Amino acid sequence: MVTIGPGEGLQVDLQSSVAAQFGRQIKAVITETLEGLGINDAHVEAVDKGALDCTIRARVTAAAVRATGKDVWKD
Amino acid sequence: MMFVPGNNPGMMADAHIYGPDSIMLDLEDSVTMAEKDAARLLVHNALKTIDYGNTEMVVRINPLNTPYGKKDVEAVVKAGVHVIRMPKTETADEVKELEAEILKVEQEIGRVGETRIMAAIESALGIVNAYAIATASPRMMGIALGAEDYSANLKTNRTPGGAELLLAREQIVVAARAAGICCFDTVYSNLDDMETFRKEVELIKTLGFDGKSIINPRQIEVVNSVFTPTEKEITKARAVVAAIKEAQAKGSGVIAVNGKMVDRPVVLRAERTIALAVAAGVISEEEAL
Amino acid sequence: MRNSKLVTLEEAIRRSGLKDGMTISFHHHFRGGDKVVNMVVDKLAQMGFKDLKLAASSLSDVHAPLIDHIKNGVITGISTSGLRGALADAISHGLMKEPVVFRSHGGRGSAIANGELKIDVAFLGASSADELGNACGYSRSENAKSICGSLGYALPDARYAQHVVVITDDLVEYPNMPMSISAADVESVVVVDSVGDSSKIAAGAIRDSKNPRDILLAKQAAKVIINSGLFVDGFSIQTGTGGASLAAVKYIREEMISRGIKASFALGGITAHMVKLHEEGLIGKLIDVQSFDKVAAESIKNDPTHQEVSAVEYASGQHLGSATHALDIVILSALEVDTQFNVNVLVGSDGIIRGAIGGHQDTAADSALSIIVCPLLRGRIPCVVPKVTTLITPGKSVDVVVTEYGIAVNPGRPEIAEKLKAAGLKIVDIKELAAKASSIIGTPDPLPFGDKVVGVVMNRDGSVLDKIYNIVE
Repeated sequence: MVTIGPGEGLQVDLQSSVAAQFGRQIKAVITETLEGLGINDAHVEAVDKGALDCTIRARVTAAAVRATGKDVWKD
Repeated sequence: MMFVPGNNPGMMADAHIYGPDSIMLDLEDSVTMAEKDAARLLVHNALKTIDYGNTEMVVRINPLNTPYGKKDVEAVVKAGVHVIRMPKTETADEVKELEAEILKVEQEIGRVGETRIMAAIESALGIVNAYAIATASPRMMGIALGAEDYSANLKTNRTPGGAELLLAREQIVVAARAAGICCFDTVYSNLDDMETFRKEVELIKTLGFDGKSIINPRQIEVVNSVFTPTEKEITKARAVVAAIKEAQAKGSGVIAVNGKMVDRPVVLRAERTIALAVAAGVISEEEAL
Repeated sequence: MRNSKLVTLEEAIRRSGLKDGMTISFHHHFRGGDKVVNMVVDKLAQMGFKDLKLAASSLSDVHAPLIDHIKNGVITGISTSGLRGALADAISHGLMKEPVVFRSHGGRGSAIANGELKIDVAFLGASSADELGNACGYSRSENAKSICGSLGYALPDARYAQHVVVITDDLVEYPNMPMSISAADVESVVVVDSVGDSSKIAAGAIRDSKNPRDILLAKQAAKVIINSGLFVDGFSIQTGTGGASLAAVKYIREEMISRGIKASFALGGITAHMVKLHEEGLIGKLIDVQSFDKVAAESIKNDPTHQEVSAVEYASGQHLGSATHALDIVILSALEVDTQFNVNVLVGSDGIIRGAIGGHQDTAADSALSIIVCPLLRGRIPCVVPKVTTLITPGKSVDVVVTEYGIAVNPGRPEIAEKLKAAGLKIVDIKELAAKASSIIGTPDPLPFGDKVVGVVMNRDGSVLDKIYNIVE
């Protein structure tokens, strides 16, 4: 579950069932994905239950697309 | 071919460990409209990242005349999918339209010609046009039956015996063979009735289908056991192939194995048995020669 | 009756001579439905006792109320096979000054028998008892309120504790025989409304798992057993209660029937699955230290070839006659296995205590073939790792590891690897499995352990195997 809202810089609030082991890595994937989409200012709230990096990338992108209205795929 | 919903990352991550021959990640009927965009991204990322080994990867996209279809094509071609399954195919033109979309994306990424197409036929018109669909593109690798929509289209319902599917099944097999491509039968959804499932798999194997769609890893064993040739069948097949090779070496025309004349259909059947045995991993490729 | 030992709980405590600093003990046969520990410790707290050492055979989620008793200084030391839930979490975060001492079931039995673990007062719950103290884990009366079956983990306490209090919810006429706990070992008998919540002690027979991963693991485990060279008429087996273990029993049974092979005994925690095979004539005897469900509990009550054994008779490493020494095959689970085949069943990958040693160390060490069945990953948590978070069972006891990505055989058992390869099973190097796991989930960051030792893991011989440190958040 990822929700993206307006913010200054990239701020990630992460709740994860594997926070101790992978919290840092998950936050890095989230920020990398957003930066890759050209988003450098946002407040992200993520609730993670042990998803793989590829799933996190997908969820963050989906949330970003819904928040900005700009799709990454062409019609 | 195992169906896996495209909005379930957990299932997509380990579908391959159960050893299905191919996995179909679904963006169509198992994903609600509200989740189509998210599922497309999950499937794209899964295809790019997860090591599926030698499993053939298929994605069922939404029809091109929906707001989702073209984006689905872009997402999965860019992720390197092996086969795109188009649902509810009714005409050869639809195939050509998909082909054009695929080519556009392939050109963009510089991998022209790699993506193949499988057409699911799920209506009366589709069945009528089966051969045209099967030959509509050099990318076609197979056609499949979608029985739920088909039987609804016929204005009847599904029965355990499958009488309502008789023509459709035979038409698909015939069209596929005439076109030189593969044919796949529809899913069976009652996971608690393995007996009826087995009977259905035996039936469609007899009809000539190359494979069956399944919805749960528990069904894999049944399909494999029905399609995998028995030791007896393999031994017989190898005897036939060996006899042919010997005959060819000697230059003689007609040969007999165990007193029975062996002509071309017998040889072809023996070769197919051996091919199935190798595919099932029962004998190695070297042993087959 | 004359010479009745029947008293109230408070009177039983007074009679026992319990003083601050002494050791009290409990069994865990009522599992998630246990009421005895909380009831007794609440009473002890009320009576003003302090600094007591609690020697339980195991503790679970239901024992969370102990947290307050620890904070209030009523309990200052714990020894157990396992910890779960809020209590485990609190202890992992440094609740107690003294580290918790973890022992296997066999290890606890040995320690009680050789005096290393001296019990002053044992409080033993029973489903039936007579006024002189003959007690059972089931009742033959019509008023039976609870049932747990074998009292295997209570028996060493009954025999060696200085003072034994039997607590029952069904007082029956003397003599309550055949009995598990003998009246000769008992000082007081207390009757209470309920010793355990029946619905939580054991579910009905555990259902077969429909989870495809469990089924895959089970089939692989069964293939390992069938092709191990040990699958012959008269073999013996022990399985855990996880979904994959139980499912494996189903496939082994099919093969037993088709080959006409019978097992001489099944050992351990006994389940309805084992009882079924026994009643079908496929398993000769059941040797039971813990009855996991109602079917097993009823069977031990009624069937003389279903034998109760104490923790010592079951798995003591210091008693060469313990049943594990006769055991051929054991199927076990794991939280983590590392590339040296070491196993962790006690501490989660987040560093928090969340399991129990159980009979793991004992059965792995004494059996002829030990098989660990575990998924490669549980969500994003790797189960095959370069190094276990905490060492519970040393790798030299562990022979085979079965995951859905392949089977690894300990290099110390090349003959097993040969046999399995010959049977067409895919044998991989355990390092490959660990690498596969990390290629899928990434490499975890080191855990935020502090400097305080919150738990000590004992080896079967009484030496320290590993230490558990607190987690800092």
